[in-house]
Amino acid sequence: MNIKIKGDIDHHSVKRIREDIDKQIRSFMPVRVYLDLSYVDFMDSSGLGLILGRYALTKDIRAKLILTNPSRRIKKILTLAGIERIIEIEGDDKNEAC
Amino acid sequence: MRRVENYMKLFIPALSINEGLSRNAVASFVAGLNPTIDELSDIKCAVSEAVTNSIVHGYKYTQGIIYIGVKYYSDRTVIIEVTDKGCGIENVNQAMAPLYTTDTSGERSGMGFAVMQSFMDKLSVRSRPGEGVRILMTKHLK
Repeated sequence: MNIKIKGDIDHHSVKRIREDIDKQIRSFMPVRVYLDLSYVDFMDSSGLGLILGRYALTKDIRAKLILTNPSRRIKKILTLAGIERIIEIEGDDKNEAC
Repeated sequence: MRRVENYMKLFIPALSINEGLSRNAVASFVAGLNPTIDELSDIKCAVSEAVTNSIVHGYKYTQGIIYIGVKYYSDRTVIIEVTDKGCGIENVNQAMAPLYTTDTSGERSGMGFAVMQSFMDKLSVRSRPGEGVRILMTKHLK
């Protein structure tokens, strides 16, 4: 399953994004969930919470979470939190968003 | 000696919809210094973290005013203040520890202060329980 997130991920937007993603995951019970970050313009630590929460959810249903195409800016915050040590990240970093 | 070249003051209600407004307003203001994309992105992230903390922890989703002040100096130093009159922080050192969060849902990372610290050059947090929080962040632009 491939899920694209678009726009800003902050504390204001994260609740709706979380509900949408969880609804999809619970409906389809995929084996792999690709979270595509190509179209994310901005992400702060609320996005880290979103990713860690989805990691826990996918682990619960024995699925694998993979993050794809984070921008260089998003990679910076993922690295700060050590996300790549627990979640696989795929894709280029051409996108310049935060 | 450096001098203040420009400043702005912004008072906003503690509403989550204003998180985007506050970081974009600060970014627009700082854009006058022709920062790099990375510098601007760092500042936006740090402001977003500070304002979100005021909304979530300071005012606990109740009404309140957040003050954002930004100054830039002739030596390209930017100082950003984010102040609230919310409930304050009992133990600032504990709150600033990476991964520390009061959230039990598993949906908050506890990385807000770590982001501010890592993305800015200097961070100072002053708080007294019951009296709010004052955050000062400094960034030296190239």
